[in-house]
Amino acid sequence: MNEKISIRDLKFFYGNALALKGINIPLYANKVTAFIGPSGCGKSTLLRVLNRMYDLYPNQHAEGQVLFDGRNILDPSVDLNLLRARIGMVFQKPTPFPMTIYDNIAFGLKLYETLSKSELDGRVEDALKRAALWTEVKDKLNANGLSLSGGQQQRLCIARTVAIKPEVILFDEPCSALDPISTAKIEELIDELKHDYTIAIVTHNMQQAARVSEHTAFMYLGELVEFDETSKIFTAPRDSRTQDYITGRFG
Amino acid sequence: MSLYESRRRSNLTAMTLCLLATTIGILWLFLILFSLLMNGLPHLSLEVFTEMTPPPGETGGGLLNSIFGTLMMTVLGVGIGAPIGILAGTYLAEYGRYSKTTPTIRFINDILLSAPSIIIGLFIYGIVVVPMRNFSALAGALALAVIVIPVVVRTTEDMLLLVPNTLREAASAMGLPRAHVVWHVAYRAARTGILTGVLLGVARIAGETAPLLFTAFSNNFWSASLMKPIASLPTTINSFINTPDANMKQLAWTGALIVTLAVLGLNIVARILGGTKKQS
Repeated sequence: MNEKISIRDLKFFYGNALALKGINIPLYANKVTAFIGPSGCGKSTLLRVLNRMYDLYPNQHAEGQVLFDGRNILDPSVDLNLLRARIGMVFQKPTPFPMTIYDNIAFGLKLYETLSKSELDGRVEDALKRAALWTEVKDKLNANGLSLSGGQQQRLCIARTVAIKPEVILFDEPCSALDPISTAKIEELIDELKHDYTIAIVTHNMQQAARVSEHTAFMYLGELVEFDETSKIFTAPRDSRTQDYITGRFG
Repeated sequence: MSLYESRRRSNLTAMTLCLLATTIGILWLFLILFSLLMNGLPHLSLEVFTEMTPPPGETGGGLLNSIFGTLMMTVLGVGIGAPIGILAGTYLAEYGRYSKTTPTIRFINDILLSAPSIIIGLFIYGIVVVPMRNFSALAGALALAVIVIPVVVRTTEDMLLLVPNTLREAASAMGLPRAHVVWHVAYRAARTGILTGVLLGVARIAGETAPLLFTAFSNNFWSASLMKPIASLPTTINSFINTPDANMKQLAWTGALIVTLAVLGLNIVARILGGTKKQS
């Protein structure tokens, strides 16, 4: 299997506090990799290293290597905006921009590509279809993105991310603010999207990890306890801590 | 039962005192408005807006040159001060949020915010009026701009800080450069709040007298020149109310009414704008 991203001996610091203690995980191309573990285990931190989101804040830094198509993205010379255009992210809380549904998607597109109005319309429609939102919003593209329901807003955010054609999409607990029906829709969507994208998902919901991912990484206190195929992690974990976590004995 | 009764009584006393204090506070505002209306309204006519300030001993006349002077200097003051204030506020909230100098800048801005306006007038007198060797509308507008800046810096920063960081992260995660994140996302989310700040700035300077005394001075005649002394409503009120001339005294009252209503109106508009923001 082709490794799209290789995380090698990654350490992460909040100030002087070590939050990731040397992580090694591969993210395989066109597969879904889930990060699970109790709160504070570092799984969100790990995700935020993959698109260098931590760079927005002072006193946070990473050591080690994150190879993306063979190139270390932790290298200071990496252009962060181009990197983030190739590695998209969907957040825990839906974050539509305070503008129309159409502009929410067109806005990012216009920055990277020169498109005619009809091409732009096509790309917006395409992105909304890919996010399974088109039929619900096609008659109100000029409505404010904030007027949608929570689940729709989250799909709008996915559409927005998909529109700029990244190669990897990072999901940071994308369903934790959604009801079960919206959650099911997002999960179906992730299943669809993996044909074209490499996906990493952080989740607190173990059933969700079991449903959507091919590989699962179990993290605990900033360490990677176990990484394996999802079916193995959930049926025959090698580490007792993994066993305890997935059976609900702690966390 | 007596314990309950005594508590009920002390509660009643406290409530009465609070209500009394509030009433006294609000009472002055209404007394001021009432006396302005009583004294200013009878002579509020079209001539007030179309005729020049009269010399002593005459009847009639209006406040046209003063109203124009106030409008001109207010627009110019806000035109200069608001962009500077918005940019500085943007720096504090967006670019320099984690910088070590930011708390210092914020502190100095707060001092400027509460600086007596006459000091600002003297400052502009020193750096503009003295070198140019005469009072001018420009100097007046600059003094007003200096007053507007800290007001706008403060509200812009506060409004941008209210924009959730998740929105900035989401925009950055799409590969948007910082300038785009600020311009298309943060400004858009904070737009009404920033506009409210600018309106409050306008309301603040429209009635300022002290900073104009040594900068724009005053003028009994029509002037639209930036380089010449110019009349303004507050300075005209200040000089007319002290004359023995009944006609001029009357115009001062009318002018005071106009300024007060304008400032009141601006404040109400700003509150409404700010209010709609909170509901959405």
